Amino acid sequence: MAEKLNIDQIRADFPVLHQQVNKAPLIYFDNAATTQKPKVVIDALQHYYDQDNANIHRGLHTLAERATTAYELTRTKLASFLNSPSTDQIIFTSGTTAGINLVAQTFGRANVGKGDQIIVSNLEHHSNIVPWQMIAAEKGAEIKVIPVSDAGVLDIEAFKALLNSRVKLVAVNHVSNAIGTINPIEEIISLAHEVGAKVLIDGAQSVAHLAVDVQVLDMDFFVFSAHKLFGPTGVGVLYGKRDLLEAMPPYQGGGEMIKEVSFAGTTYNELPYKFEAGTPNIADVIAFGAALDYVQAIPAEALAAQEEALLAYATEKLQKIPGLRIVGTAPEKIAVISFVIDGVHPQDIGVLLDKFGIAIRTGHHCAQPLMQRYELVGTCRASFSFYNTFEEIDRFVLCLEKTLQMLG
Amino acid sequence: MGQAINEIQEELIEEFGLFEDWADKYEYLIDLGKKLAPMSDAFKTEENVIKGCQSRVWLHAEKQGELVVFQADSEAIIVKGMISMLIRVLSNHTPAEILAADLYFIDQIGMSQHLAQTRSNGLVSMVKQMQHYALAFS
Repeated sequence: MAEKLNIDQIRADFPVLHQQVNKAPLIYFDNAATTQKPKVVIDALQHYYDQDNANIHRGLHTLAERATTAYELTRTKLASFLNSPSTDQIIFTSGTTAGINLVAQTFGRANVGKGDQIIVSNLEHHSNIVPWQMIAAEKGAEIKVIPVSDAGVLDIEAFKALLNSRVKLVAVNHVSNAIGTINPIEEIISLAHEVGAKVLIDGAQSVAHLAVDVQVLDMDFFVFSAHKLFGPTGVGVLYGKRDLLEAMPPYQGGGEMIKEVSFAGTTYNELPYKFEAGTPNIADVIAFGAALDYVQAIPAEALAAQEEALLAYATEKLQKIPGLRIVGTAPEKIAVISFVIDGVHPQDIGVLLDKFGIAIRTGHHCAQPLMQRYELVGTCRASFSFYNTFEEIDRFVLCLEKTLQMLG
Repeated sequence: MGQAINEIQEELIEEFGLFEDWADKYEYLIDLGKKLAPMSDAFKTEENVIKGCQSRVWLHAEKQGELVVFQADSEAIIVKGMISMLIRVLSNHTPAEILAADLYFIDQIGMSQHLAQTRSNGLVSMVKQMQHYALAFS
């Protein structure tokens, strides 16, 4: 039996959860959009600006050294978090979107040619579609799409049929942001490798819920955002295989990414700095280190058990509401429930639940191709984290019923 | 001549003043949305659509004599309630009156959040579009 989390104690670590919204206690069920931050993360930010603020890597003075050490410590923590073979394969970006664009504009530009193919899935967020469309249009390459079943599961047989030697890259998410499906990335990666294609996994929605070992999964590229993992906004991570990263041309030019500059020519810095031009987001990277410590101190099994229990409880209660249909019923899901209700626009539900102090997400979730697949204008999405409670789900369901009465 | 724009705004403020809690206010708004005069399907064209991030709004305007007459619709009922009020306030007025209108009632009845940027419901663009029509007809 896994150890049970002390939810009251955990909730005490998150200041934002303890407030009234529209005269009701806040219920935060929009964790797939961004997670809340524990006090240790907020304190780390404050401490950095109070005590250590300096530009990193080149200063000789004490503050610069403290800031550099703290910044690089987060990289070390991330290497361990992902089981990366080295710290210099961990590249800081501004977020998942920036990481995908970096790979598209460097690896993509160097390796995708006319008549080549890039495979994405029907479950992708726009940020894992548009950067590939841009490079495909530029190079005269084609985008192919892995179809998704009514339940929200990727069709692996169809994926196999799409694979051929013209496929240079496969870009899929680990977990769907819109409906919560956990994709079989191990199988996808191994199948892609059989035809010599590289794979980018968008881990934005998985890192807060699932363990990721980049070596076991044989990842080529893995990208995610700190803010969905209890860290600050404005920080993202790109992991890449060393040979791929070394062969890739630099992305943005500037300071930090160079070795020597002269008007005769410039030589570029080594990994990871080749891809970190300019002064990075030092404070938020350091605070992200505190978030990693925080989440790793929680027993992983207990965390997963809490989220699974919340998902099962909410699914059962929501299914009892007449006219409610859950969109995305894959057997492997994280704690996300997307739903629609007959004859009711999701936006109306979102507006009224907010009046009850309940934060959910409504709309197309930046996954319009998936909404088109299901012929929906959008859904309501409740996404849970381990700090959510069964009592919150009870009140959410009650308020949803009241909302439907008002709209009825 | 019908009522002046500000007279209608005052009327709405008075109507909403009757409700003490938000739920009653929103039930009234939803009711206004349901009672909004249906828009002719002929006007629900791609040209008349105002795309919000989450829901679409259709707006049609025509000049009848000196007055601008609006018809509008939305997929979302709360937005429809807002549309119903905007039409009640702005439709059947001259272009000059529409262009000079200060829509203070929205704030006074506590509904300004629906015109905030984050709502992405097309209402902000709809108000702008109503003014553009007024300008075009003036």
